[in-house]
Amino acid sequence: MQKSLHLDPAKCTGCLQCEMACSYEKLGEFNPSRSVIKVFTFHEEGRFAPYTCTQCDEAWCLRACPVDAITMDLASGAKIVIDDKCVGCKVCTISCPFGTINYVQETGKVAKCDLCGGDPECAKACPTDAITYIDANATGYDRMKAFAEKSLPSANTSA
Amino acid sequence: MKHHIIIGAGPGGVVAAETLRKTNPTDQITLIGDEAAPPYSRMAIPYLLVEDIEESGTFLRATDHYKNHGIDYIQGRVANIDPNTKTCVLEDGSNLSYDELCIATGSTPISPPIEGIDLPDVHSCWTLEDARQISALATPNSNVVLMGAGFIGCIILESLVKRKVNLSVIEMGSRMVPRMLDENAGGLLKQWCIEDGVGVYTSTKVNAIKLADPDINNGSSMQVILDNGASINADLVISATGVKPNIQFLQNSGLEIDQGVLVNNKMQTNIPNIYAVGDVAQGMDFSTGEYTVQAIQPTATDHGRIAGLNMAGKNAEHNGSLNMNILDTLGLISTSYGLWMGQEGGDTAEIYTPEVFKYMNLRFGIDDESDVLVGATTIGLTQHVGVLRGLIESKIHLGEWKQRLINNPMRIMDAYVASTQELDNVVH
Repeated sequence: MQKSLHLDPAKCTGCLQCEMACSYEKLGEFNPSRSVIKVFTFHEEGRFAPYTCTQCDEAWCLRACPVDAITMDLASGAKIVIDDKCVGCKVCTISCPFGTINYVQETGKVAKCDLCGGDPECAKACPTDAITYIDANATGYDRMKAFAEKSLPSANTSA
Repeated sequence: MKHHIIIGAGPGGVVAAETLRKTNPTDQITLIGDEAAPPYSRMAIPYLLVEDIEESGTFLRATDHYKNHGIDYIQGRVANIDPNTKTCVLEDGSNLSYDELCIATGSTPISPPIEGIDLPDVHSCWTLEDARQISALATPNSNVVLMGAGFIGCIILESLVKRKVNLSVIEMGSRMVPRMLDENAGGLLKQWCIEDGVGVYTSTKVNAIKLADPDINNGSSMQVILDNGASINADLVISATGVKPNIQFLQNSGLEIDQGVLVNNKMQTNIPNIYAVGDVAQGMDFSTGEYTVQAIQPTATDHGRIAGLNMAGKNAEHNGSLNMNILDTLGLISTSYGLWMGQEGGDTAEIYTPEVFKYMNLRFGIDDESDVLVGATTIGLTQHVGVLRGLIESKIHLGEWKQRLINNPMRIMDAYVASTQELDNVVH
């Protein structure tokens, strides 16, 4: 069963443990500014919302890449950046309509969520279950994803 | 079993072939490329010029990819097509019959009508072969003149500076990248380049390129004569003044051609079994509804996907391609999307802090789209930049977020997350 990240803003307290865990896993240092999961703060509503790549089926980033540097990990379904191939052209960063693949000036390459090879650190670090990693069809996550993807016109396809 | 021929092995053609294969495992697919190298990406050439990658690093796919996916890749150049007999005639005289054809022949640099443009050390920067020539001539302390500060000019600027050449950029327009950046953004780019030691001459034309005797010309073999009377010594002149669709071979084909091959929202031409994608296609622009040649990589791959699906018997349509660009010019990153110049009567959200080279300009629509983002320009933004595409293409009504963005345009990602997630409801 394919699993996916389930992000529930209602449960997020804004503690940023996920950002710490993500950066520690990827960089070996606590550097939330380089985390690929971000917690957005809404003072007006008194809410927090964790957000990262939904590993969308459209895979805009993968399709836009001119040098085949983004591939899909068949086990986890994650779209993964192969650093050795990425030239840093940034075309994926303007193509991803969710804004979840970003250029990193320090490395000259792009970075995105890779689901930590199928064992995402952010979910393990979240103390309130605002981030969980569970069976894709049990999450209601698809509904959330569909909502995010709604009416993206270049995605319109019917069989 | 149908035979699909795709003419042109750039990103549009390759994605069309792959999409077709993925959707239809059995039909015969032939992909024709006219260059000696395996299908590669022009987008990667700047990184080849700085020697970050080898030539193989520019390849669109691994070289055995096509064979592994049952795509017959052949090297050749199509001389003309005959839609009546459904035949492609190659320049070597051979014929190929097709059931469906996809034209993905891309574009070619414009050669401006300037005296000396044919001199041996004047090159465009478009193909791998061009890159090899430029690499050989752009040596440390050589004098290089770049004609055109458009997209291609700016994207190779950094590689030329890293090769330690003395660089001068000549641009006819009043600012850098005039077709992608507004006055503020183009101005910041110019200032940034000048501070990095690049000579930037806007509102300036090259009148002629003349051969010179290196012995009396400080070692340089050419002189570039400007319309203001000045001249610049040059060992290498790079011509980057724009590109034009490769449509010459289609002149008597019966295809409807304006600037490019006209296509509908399925990438279909006026001849139903012929499609066109990418730089050669004149398709619908998402923002204006007009039919234009966009000549950008994301549009080429989106076109390729739609054509591939339709050639495989699916029914795929798009609502137009969003014009978008990202440029890294000596480390200064600029983007523009959609109606970046704005719509008359539409509101604007802007921050402009030139002392730190930051700029962001969001354009809102009019009438019932007055709270919908329709275009944007950014300088110095790398985080979540793609969400501008999401906001524009989804036509999300921003409601109260419009005013919040006017107060602080940097909150684009907040606006998107808040608009697409149910923040107020506890969902279980």
